[in-house]
Amino acid sequence: MTERVRVREMFPPGHIRTPFYLRGKTGEVERVLGPFGVPEQLAYGLTANREKLYRVRFTMREVWGEAAENPDDTLDAEIFAHWLIPAED
Amino acid sequence: MPHDHHDHDHDTPHSHTGMSSSGHPYRQDQDEPLTYWQNMEIAVRELLIEKGITTELEVMRQIDQMDNRSPADGAKVVARAWSDTAFRARLLEDATTATREMGFDIGALQLIAVENTDSVHNVIVCTLCSCYPRNLLGLPPDWYKQRAYRSRVVKAPRKVLAEFGLVLPDDVTVRVHDSTADMRYIVIPARPAGTEGLSLAELEKLVSRDSMIGVALATAPE
Repeated sequence: MTERVRVREMFPPGHIRTPFYLRGKTGEVERVLGPFGVPEQLAYGLTANREKLYRVRFTMREVWGEAAENPDDTLDAEIFAHWLIPAED
Repeated sequence: MPHDHHDHDHDTPHSHTGMSSSGHPYRQDQDEPLTYWQNMEIAVRELLIEKGITTELEVMRQIDQMDNRSPADGAKVVARAWSDTAFRARLLEDATTATREMGFDIGALQLIAVENTDSVHNVIVCTLCSCYPRNLLGLPPDWYKQRAYRSRVVKAPRKVLAEFGLVLPDDVTVRVHDSTADMRYIVIPARPAGTEGLSLAELEKLVSRDSMIGVALATAPE
């Protein structure tokens, strides 16, 4: 069974590798990778937490809504664990 | 009679204004002052050399190594995947290890290979910067790093692909891969029809850089 996750809709300052356009969006975990050092800490020379990295697959319908070019096409991105919460649906 | 310096310049071979003898405009010399980051790069490099951490020669060798990487390396991986089903399976399972066994080390990064089929077409982008599988494809093309490609291919991939001359049927799902963190991606294009019996060297010639980014298909044999 595929795991559904939601990207946290938060906007902290700093070096962040969670794209703006995916914040608040829900997708399915395509595969789990890592652990890797967290970029928010690595970018500032801090000792980085190591976290799982999720490849999350979003539908274009979910990302762009009515403006989607083809709603069933998909977008995959790598999102660190602390940016994800279980999807509520 | 007053000397018309401007016209004279245009006629001499040493003029750096106007058009060159090949009919192209001369390029300006780069006499601007260094930017903050150019100064920073030089300062850090000189410090590292002074402290014996690296040498000029090592820096040049590293640049040379990067310049010598090319899409021909990626094409070897694709041709082998087309020809060797066990390798193809290992590549799709763990591309970092499978490409390392061919001598292509990606260093601290990891590689994911995504395969085009009759029903799926993959395309790669890095919306946040310009992450690219440099160890297999060499330096990225300029358009890959530009905002137009990065911002548009995630929103209207079919339109962008059409601008590259690739029009996909509606029953093919487009999968865009945004390289947002530690993974790098290579597209394994679908093997063209009529290539049965071709050697690895012949197959490699059908695999372009753009087909491994996903903005083109592999070339059909002549």
